Amino acid sequence: MAADQDLAVSCRGLLKTYGTGEAMVTALQGVDLDVRQGELMMLVGPSGCGKTTLISVMAGILDQSEGDCRVFGQDLMHLRNHAKLAFRARNIGFVFQAYNLLPTLTAAENVTVPLLINGVGRKEALKKAEQVLEQVGLGTRTRSLPSQLSGGQQQRVAIARAIIHEPRLIVCDEPTSALDHETGHKVMELLKGIAMGRDRTLVIVTHDARIFEFADRIAEMDDGRVTRVVTNSSQLH
Amino acid sequence: MYRIALKMLMGDRGKYLGIIMGLTFASLIMTQQPAIFVGLIMRSYSFITDLGLPDIWVMDPEVQWVDDIKPLQDTELYRVRGVAGVAWAMPLYKGLLKARLPNGMFQTCIVVGLDDATLVGGPPRMVEGRLADLRRADAVIIDIDGAREKLSQPPAVPGGKRVELKVGDTLELNDHRAVVVGFSKNTRTILSQPVLYTTYSRAKQFAPRERKMLSFILAKAASDESLAAVTRRIGATTGLAAYSREEFMGVTFRYFLKNTGIPINFGVSVMLGFIVGAAIAGQTFYSFTRENLRQFGVLKAMGTSNWMLLRMILLQATLVGMIGYGLGVGLTSLFGWAMRNTILAFKFPWYLLLFSGIGVTLICAFAALISIRRVIRLEPAVVFKS
Ligand SMILES: Nc1ncnc2c1ncn2[C@@H]1O[C@H](COP(=O)(O)OP(=O)(O)O)[C@@H](O)[C@H]1O
Ligand SMILES: [Mg+2]
Repeated sequence: MAADQDLAVSCRGLLKTYGTGEAMVTALQGVDLDVRQGELMMLVGPSGCGKTTLISVMAGILDQSEGDCRVFGQDLMHLRNHAKLAFRARNIGFVFQAYNLLPTLTAAENVTVPLLINGVGRKEALKKAEQVLEQVGLGTRTRSLPSQLSGGQQQRVAIARAIIHEPRLIVCDEPTSALDHETGHKVMELLKGIAMGRDRTLVIVTHDARIFEFADRIAEMDDGRVTRVVTNSSQLH
Repeated sequence: MYRIALKMLMGDRGKYLGIIMGLTFASLIMTQQPAIFVGLIMRSYSFITDLGLPDIWVMDPEVQWVDDIKPLQDTELYRVRGVAGVAWAMPLYKGLLKARLPNGMFQTCIVVGLDDATLVGGPPRMVEGRLADLRRADAVIIDIDGAREKLSQPPAVPGGKRVELKVGDTLELNDHRAVVVGFSKNTRTILSQPVLYTTYSRAKQFAPRERKMLSFILAKAASDESLAAVTRRIGATTGLAAYSREEFMGVTFRYFLKNTGIPINFGVSVMLGFIVGAAIAGQTFYSFTRENLRQFGVLKAMGTSNWMLLRMILLQATLVGMIGYGLGVGLTSLFGWAMRNTILAFKFPWYLLLFSGIGVTLICAFAALISIRRVIRLEPAVVFKS
């Protein structure tokens, strides 16, 4: 077991319910999970088992109902609101299944957003954005609008946006589900190649078995719990 | 982030233009309608404002507004002249008489009879001839708009120009000859009837014989006396109503407000403009925000504060507000300019700018408010919803 200070995320007895009374849904019922710094962890499991809920808690955009979740040692749920915002702005990168780019901004402008939120000036942010877009192979499309880009290209813009502010944790929800196999593979190569690093941790939710090979470890979930954690996809089933 | 807010808004052409159109409409209606209203109101007392010299109007206490003539006996003039502090007092006849045009047609005119000696109460400006020409036999001076419009005669040949009245033409008033000796430029009155000036004694001949003929007494306070004091003294001594010019304007204005449906009518128009504009702009702005909730959610997840989102939405609302307001006010000015030579009453004083400015601000504040509420309540976790 890794020492506590080497943990990016540490969850203990995590419980999350949505709604109240009859309509109450229990999305997480006692999740224990550690994510080490510098690793690429995948969360897999059937639809509705709580994967998205879990990474939302890890990213600090959702509060758990019970239990403990520490991200780089911080108990996000009990942070004051503005400290939590600052923590997210500083430390978390997001990649979504639906890309979630701002449709009226160019690729470069989209990529600058996390820097702007962190108070970096526009000029400087744009310069950096162009560099990062270059890194993801979109150096020539910096002025394109999302609608002028293919799905794979949009996801690469989203990856550039997720890494530009050098966050310590990047959470990705089904980043390849909307892409064909080959494009998805390229996106994963990018994530693994550019987004990973010693100070960078990736948690990727997926049910796309074809990308399991990129994982350092895979946590399998079912019915709101982590059922097991394996280091090799061949150990699943 | 502000630039992003603007790009979000302007990038959505359809909604952006929709919001601006709503606001333009609202600010247009909220300036153009009141401008016509103010124009009409000013015409209601234009007869008073056009008369520069006297500062006191004396009349029967029952008179409710400037066109409500309740004649006095000529002797009242001497009583007013006798009041201490009155520098001078002159008679004024004002009545509606039918004038017979050279071609035999009849037109109702406002006939104004001025004191024979001093001609006090004459028109504000002459465009042809001189006021003193009224001293010539049978002389009348006619306002130029009346001469060109209501007192003009149909063209001699079909399709030709209407024949305007000219100096030297004669009219008939109750079988009395009247010779046009000049034209004046007046502010239009509310019904735009032609105004015909003559002397007091001649007006009495023109008018059908009545026991009392004196419509108003125009007076001036002595320079060492306060207007209010003299006005009060005239009222107390003679039992007549004496108003300063401003008071009489106010009396007329209030009569107008109370007894015509005009204010309600314009009020309804303005309200409708406000409501329709607010509905279009507010609804479109809100639906713009709703459609962009996911973008706002992404910004929120990435660490943007509610306070920043609030300022972004306020900026968006301010932008559309200023453009809509500018266009609306501009269109109103354009409308006023295009109508400047027509019969339309239109006055665009600065307080109407303020009025519609407040209206547009209210609409934008309302639109921003409902949008901000929605965005502030938004859970950042929605970003992972597909
Ligand atoms: N906002 C919500 N309100 C109510 N129920 C929710 C909400 N989000 C998720 N759920 C429920 O919680 C459970 C887990 O959802 P989720 O974490 O999205 O699962 P997964 O990502 O593994 O498909 C599901 O049963 C889902 O219906
Ligand atoms: Mg999910």
